[in-house]
Amino acid sequence: MNVALSTPVADTARPKLEVQKLDAWFGNVHAVKDISLGVDARSVLAIIGPSGCGKSTFVRCLNRMHELTPGARSEGRVLLDGEDVYAVDPVYLRRRVGMVFQRPNVFPTMSIRDNVVAGLRLNRVRADYEAIVERTLTQTALWDEVKDRLDASAIALSGGQQQRLCIARALAVEPEVLLMDEPASALDPIATAKIEELIDELKQQYTIVIVTHNMQQAIRISDKTAFFYMGVLIEHGTTQQLFTRPERRETEDYVTGKFG
Amino acid sequence: MASGADTPRHAHLGDRAFAAGITLLGGAVLLVVGIIVVACARLSAPAFAKLGFFRFLTGSDWNPVEDSFGALPFIYGTLVTSAIAIVVAMPVAIGLALFLTEMSPSRVRRFVSFFVEILAAIPSVVFGLWGLMVLVPILRDVVEPALQHRLGFLPLFQGAPMGIGFLPAGIVLAIMILPTIASVTIEVLRTMPAALREGALALGATRWEAIGAVVLPYARRGIMGAVILGLARALGETMAVTMLIGNQPEIHGSLFAAGYSLPSVIANEFAEASGAVHTGALAGLALVLFGVTLMLSASARLLVRLSARRLVAA
Repeated sequence: MNVALSTPVADTARPKLEVQKLDAWFGNVHAVKDISLGVDARSVLAIIGPSGCGKSTFVRCLNRMHELTPGARSEGRVLLDGEDVYAVDPVYLRRRVGMVFQRPNVFPTMSIRDNVVAGLRLNRVRADYEAIVERTLTQTALWDEVKDRLDASAIALSGGQQQRLCIARALAVEPEVLLMDEPASALDPIATAKIEELIDELKQQYTIVIVTHNMQQAIRISDKTAFFYMGVLIEHGTTQQLFTRPERRETEDYVTGKFG
Repeated sequence: MASGADTPRHAHLGDRAFAAGITLLGGAVLLVVGIIVVACARLSAPAFAKLGFFRFLTGSDWNPVEDSFGALPFIYGTLVTSAIAIVVAMPVAIGLALFLTEMSPSRVRRFVSFFVEILAAIPSVVFGLWGLMVLVPILRDVVEPALQHRLGFLPLFQGAPMGIGFLPAGIVLAIMILPTIASVTIEVLRTMPAALREGALALGATRWEAIGAVVLPYARRGIMGAVILGLARALGETMAVTMLIGNQPEIHGSLFAAGYSLPSVIANEFAEASGAVHTGALAGLALVLFGVTLMLSASARLLVRLSARRLVAA
């Protein structure tokens, strides 16, 4: 734990997250195959690819959520600031690497306020909860919509509001990396636009890995894009290059809509 | 009935026949319940006429020879044994359900679930026999003296350790209702969306913290429903309690003392009841028992339904 607590001095040359030869399985299904890539600090990496290509499994390996699924396992290394995440306590890791899920999963028995500070309470962090509630809800552009009903149940919110609440909840514990697994796929276009605006702001502070089905979304919000196909990383580069001058035939076919 | 309300006027003949059929079957259930209540009420009329309903309900003397009948010792015995059963069974059953749904590998889960189901299938007379042969001697020789030694200052643990009485009846009831509470709780926990648990874990919760912060609050109402279903079963259980409670129509504060329960006295005395008042008093006890279990079952259903509605909203 002591080793993990001392965050190494930021090294500009080193990526915030480094994945080395990562393999992941569900039982006998080899879902992620020998993937290596790096994510720079304060940048957005979009992961695209057809359904079932291992995108979600890949990000779930980054905060060790994958191993919670019965029968799931993984091999290879994931380095956060140069430190192997499989060598630290997963509970501690998940505070540094937050996650937003595909469908909003607000805690239905808690109020809006309690949802935001749930992570702080779980980790017994003493802090000015009121200030954190206001700050994170303002960050997620939810403050004006909910400030008068913070004690209302979180399930009274619309789907888009719930998803922004989930993002606020993830931000409240001040992670360094934010994983987003198709955060807008269950939302309408207006809510999606709000989430995208938010991601653009969040990248000033956070390192973001976002899985998306929507290639336009990847173009709008990401600095780099990785294209997965059948568990394999086909191509990884700057978003502009990957969408305009893909090096691989499969990438070109996918981004031009020949399959998917 | 309501089932016919959704059927359009021009529905197919088969649909209409089916609707009529199930309406009839649904009605038959109500009819049976109605017949039982009416029969009990008619049978108990002579007793209520002689004693008065309120005096019957609150009287504590039960003496068929003098036609003096009070329901209180039996209500008391039923409530005390059921309360012991709930206090003992609830933590064990909920712990078991949490273990099976949240912690155990699937092979262990199948194995243990199988034994829980077996437990539910054991006839209550077998439970009673086991209680007499195994539990009562242990309570009399080991547990009750120890309780008295340590906690004897409490009225609950005073008096001679006889083995037979409220305590063994309550403990055996606990074992009997454990499968009910555990299996309903397991169903409630299974309907819990995995995304909620993952949401807590992704925030840096340990498994235990996720259970405490998210799983249990979410499942609370459903678990309460499970407990009330178990309680309803404990209230109505006859044979095992009859064999263990001691069958004395008395009210004692001590759990070591003998008592009597509503179903037990009905089973024991009905065949030999002498005269309309005695029979009527026993039927009156049946009505009381029916009323108590009905109220509990209704509230259990309500709780489970509220919990399910919450689930849809999430």
